[in-house]
Amino acid sequence: MKVASQDFLQQAHEALRAKDKVERRDLLGQFMPAARDAAANAYGDFDGLRAHMKRVRGHTTEHLAHYLQQFEEAAVAHGNQVHFAATAEQLNSTVLSICQTHNARRVAKGKSMVTEETGLNELLLKAGLEVLETDLGEYIIQQAGEAPSHIVGPAFHKSLAEVRELFLAKHKLGERALESVSDIVEEARGVLRERFLAADVGIIGANALIAEHGTTMLVTNEGNGDLCANLPPVLIICTTFERLLPRAEDAMALQRLLVRSATGQSHTCYTSFYSGPRREDDVDGPLETHIILLDNKRSDILASDYHEILDCIRCGACLNHCPIYIGVGGHAYGWVYPGPMGSVLTPLLTSLEQSHDLPNACTSCGRCAEVCPVNIPLPDLLRDLRQEESAQQLKPARWRRGLRLHAWLLRQPVLYQRLTGWSMSALGLLGKRRGAFRRMPFASGWTSQRDFPAPEAGGTFMRQYAARKRRGGRRG
Amino acid sequence: MDKPQAKRKRSRPRRDVALMVTCLADLMRPSVGFSAIRLLERAGCRVTVPEQQTCCGQPAYNSGEIDAAVPVAQAVIETFEPFDYVVIPSGSCAGMLSHHYPALFEGEWRERALALSAKTWELTRFLTEVALLPAPKRAALEAAVTYHDGCAGLREMGIQQQPRQLLQEQCGVQVQELTENQVCCGFGGTFCARMPEISGKMADDKLNHAVASGAKVLAGGDLGCLLHLAGRAKRRGLDLEIRHIAELLAGNPKGPGIGEGRQ
Repeated sequence: MKVASQDFLQQAHEALRAKDKVERRDLLGQFMPAARDAAANAYGDFDGLRAHMKRVRGHTTEHLAHYLQQFEEAAVAHGNQVHFAATAEQLNSTVLSICQTHNARRVAKGKSMVTEETGLNELLLKAGLEVLETDLGEYIIQQAGEAPSHIVGPAFHKSLAEVRELFLAKHKLGERALESVSDIVEEARGVLRERFLAADVGIIGANALIAEHGTTMLVTNEGNGDLCANLPPVLIICTTFERLLPRAEDAMALQRLLVRSATGQSHTCYTSFYSGPRREDDVDGPLETHIILLDNKRSDILASDYHEILDCIRCGACLNHCPIYIGVGGHAYGWVYPGPMGSVLTPLLTSLEQSHDLPNACTSCGRCAEVCPVNIPLPDLLRDLRQEESAQQLKPARWRRGLRLHAWLLRQPVLYQRLTGWSMSALGLLGKRRGAFRRMPFASGWTSQRDFPAPEAGGTFMRQYAARKRRGGRRG
Repeated sequence: MDKPQAKRKRSRPRRDVALMVTCLADLMRPSVGFSAIRLLERAGCRVTVPEQQTCCGQPAYNSGEIDAAVPVAQAVIETFEPFDYVVIPSGSCAGMLSHHYPALFEGEWRERALALSAKTWELTRFLTEVALLPAPKRAALEAAVTYHDGCAGLREMGIQQQPRQLLQEQCGVQVQELTENQVCCGFGGTFCARMPEISGKMADDKLNHAVASGAKVLAGGDLGCLLHLAGRAKRRGLDLEIRHIAELLAGNPKGPGIGEGRQ
């Protein structure tokens, strides 16, 4: 997918102007954290489960080569074909060549952020294939020609009225009301059922790769993943190596963490395990299955100080809890992954040069890290990226110079106190009547949105305190 | 057997406390520093204000200018390590000293940073867990108060019930809670100037909740948040008195709230 993260500020500006969408996001920002908290509290020792999964993830990535080999051998033994793709283009071309080998015309897709990352649909469409997204949210945004705004709920940004209009325009089904949510779901279901049966190739993602059995796990609420996986003759699973877990029980622990963190459910409607193509005595299932493991810079991330971001299980809790994500929405971030995890991943998977505003879209409030099911220190990783931004001289030069001059001045207490003593006394006097300034030189960023409160009259604390000490009084 | 209460109180050694004023209290709101001194003295502490202090270095640190923040941190460690306790009227600066300084260093400096971390306290927590404030001798504060929890205080320093308890005990005030009281107000240090529009939206959310709470006074433990909120409230013409909690605890404050003029 094309990167538009360099325009984050402009996109955020536009997002903040659409007041109805702002209101809907605010509701999301209240509802989703409440649902997550209720589910986490009802579980019992959720923090213990988080710490456990963190250790499992750490162990797996430390012994990645071992588990990758184990997974591949087991998967191949079940009759899967396993492919490795170093780049997005390689994944896309592998998928395309599988489709072409089978003279496929119609592709049915389950929700897959990896294929959003590689821009697979675009390539398949260009090659003349018909590509249908079957997750309801993905289907809606595909019909609307938009990108996902959330990694779990890709169409969270759409209102009921927008979806109604979209369906009335896109589905030639004549007069109908489409008044309720269930009307809309029914219609999508009807349209999609037909198309599942006609698909030549199914493409899905994976939430976990179980090394001991060579099995992949997928959690969905709609069951569309299973239809994509089992009805078409060919199944392609597009995934990445950091979904690997050693054992089936680790995948179950992940499932318990993931769904509570993502939607506040205790289970999703479907938790499916795919082991390979149809066997002799199976009644259904694909005839051929492929698993494509995408790297796309992940090996570099694994070897870097940012490796903990590979622990991410894509639950979206950090998005739901981030006041900046809730404020501006996913599209403002300009690429596939928004919110705190996206602000770490986007610079690493694309380039910091294009996306260095994203790590700055953070107040270090720490709410994301507080709820991250695998305890990724997201605010620290974002700060590290800001350090990188500075090192690569991407930060506006006046910011960098100002901050460094300020830090230098802090180490000259006498000079600092003299300078601040004078200037604060002057500002205190000037601002005494109104109590605040509408404008302030060198502070346009501040005063564009707020008044600049005047310092209290009487000069700085240090100056007043020194004067009191000289007079012999200690008390304030 | 048991000594009389009064005598035992007198024989208790006074705690040696260094006050880290914080740069924002120093420059913008000296009454927060003086209030902190009054409160600490009332709680039986001997308060020193080291003259070398300027700022904890967060602006550079949070903006990724780590190498510029390191010598600032070293200067703070040197200034404050001789004292038994370092007390700070800010959860954010206390979090910087307690959690972020040790991560900046290795070897000897790390040891020194950890030693400083162990004796660093945010003001309201210090006054509820270490040096307890005696019961006040004055009348209750006649105001409806709401409280904004600064994020670093809340998540790094465990500050949540302490300010509420102190407002109750010292001012007779039951805090009228904000909806969404765990959500950031949008200050975020340089964030508020680098992404002012998003920051302004977050301030509006917080201020709208404050107005909806019915409170006339919005208190908090971090001047960064409060200056940002006061500036936005002033721009919007909201009728809210915004103050640091130390001002309220130290006595009914007479001067104008943050960002208010003397009419």
